[in-house]
Amino acid sequence: MLTIAAIALAGCATTASDQEIASKATAILKQSFKPAGQAGLDRLEQDDAQRICSAAAGKPVSREAAAEIEKANLATIRYPADGKLVGDWRNGEKLAQEGRGKQFSDDPRGPVGGNCYACHELTKSELAFGTIGPSLYQYGKARGQSADVQRYTFGKIYNSEAFAACSNMPRFGYKGILSEQQIKDLTALLLDPASPVNQ
Amino acid sequence: MRRSSPEGRRLAARARAGLRALFAALAVAAAPLAAAQGSVSEEIAKYRAALQDGNPAELWEARGEGLWRERRGPKQATLERCDLGKGPGVVKGVYAELPRYFADTDRVMDLETRLVWCMVQLQGYSEADAKRNPFGSGNDKKSDIEALVAYITSESRGVKMNVPLTHPKEAEAYGVGEKLFFFRGGTHDFACATCHGEDGKRIRLQELPNLVTKEGAQRAYTTWPAYRVSQGELRSFEWRLYDCFRQQRFPELVFGSDAAIALTMFLARNSNGAVFDAPAIKR
Repeated sequence: MLTIAAIALAGCATTASDQEIASKATAILKQSFKPAGQAGLDRLEQDDAQRICSAAAGKPVSREAAAEIEKANLATIRYPADGKLVGDWRNGEKLAQEGRGKQFSDDPRGPVGGNCYACHELTKSELAFGTIGPSLYQYGKARGQSADVQRYTFGKIYNSEAFAACSNMPRFGYKGILSEQQIKDLTALLLDPASPVNQ
Repeated sequence: MRRSSPEGRRLAARARAGLRALFAALAVAAAPLAAAQGSVSEEIAKYRAALQDGNPAELWEARGEGLWRERRGPKQATLERCDLGKGPGVVKGVYAELPRYFADTDRVMDLETRLVWCMVQLQGYSEADAKRNPFGSGNDKKSDIEALVAYITSESRGVKMNVPLTHPKEAEAYGVGEKLFFFRGGTHDFACATCHGEDGKRIRLQELPNLVTKEGAQRAYTTWPAYRVSQGELRSFEWRLYDCFRQQRFPELVFGSDAAIALTMFLARNSNGAVFDAPAIKR
């Protein structure tokens, strides 16, 4: 005996539902990639934020969904135990310039950077900057170095979606891309009055 | 993928020297930042225009035409009866209508997968052998697929993109491609849309087409394949997808996979109406 589903599938040239297409896409994704270098198939497993933000397909998610994503990601932030959030801006600038890290073509023991210049303007002298993210030139000069500003800045680099659900910016601390010290150094690049970002 | 051909090295060295001089000049300029940015983009556009004269892609086109006509493989047959969508042996205009559904395989195929199919069916290669070297590196490791792609695509130059969406599997491939375009994953949460979902953005100094819009898709899709100066190689659209996913920190996109075909379908269909103008040349 044919079920409704079987009859529907037996019909020709009907448009598949969005859910069917989504299921098909997930199945195809799994078959279409192979592990290489340090990149295993586990990298295709999505967490809630990735899944919800993908389904939004470029449109803003609902206020409720955004609030949930931000709350969940805020809970992941690990602030330094010694309470010191600002490191060495000189190392921060090197990290901002470094575009390698985590690709299957990268040596897993090799340098890992934030690649900040891919998306952001930072120092005045570096002309080769991207525009996917806002300019960070004079970031510290504009905001000062209060404890709140330090906490926000460190936290934003650690997990950007704690403050902006579906942000395009990688979650450098939470996803294990950068270490605590590296995030401190990038915080310094942005906040230290001596940093070239603030000249 | 390292360039090792002397020709490629000379070309790449000239290009690099030109770029170094360009950036050195701009770095010492006292112009305000905004004006310097504008002139950097203008200068790069001029550099690209200057590269158009004598595109090394022509070498791949010639080699590809040779491979099309040469008796090869266990069956010692040519590819001249290969059906790329407009009948056996027809090459003119086929790329403007790919990917498409093929009844003989009951699936949607892009140019690369269809070429592999023909190499297997007509010439007797195993699928593994036909897919063994999709992306060449230097004179010692030339890719037959890239040469064939260069030849076949050159036969669509000047033709308006006209990818069909009449068969249910074509519509499904488009829908799947769209889902994959927005799929955020990997260590960095990148999707194609992260870089290619907004107007007027660039990564470092590389302008990014907004592939969600018709205009962006048209500009981008009609200029691949291309001789990529920084690679010293002619690179196909499947290579472009493979290299994007590498930079997105994903695992490796399988050559000829359904995801590659679906994404190609999504972008090719979005480019309909634009005149195909490749093989081109890019940085």
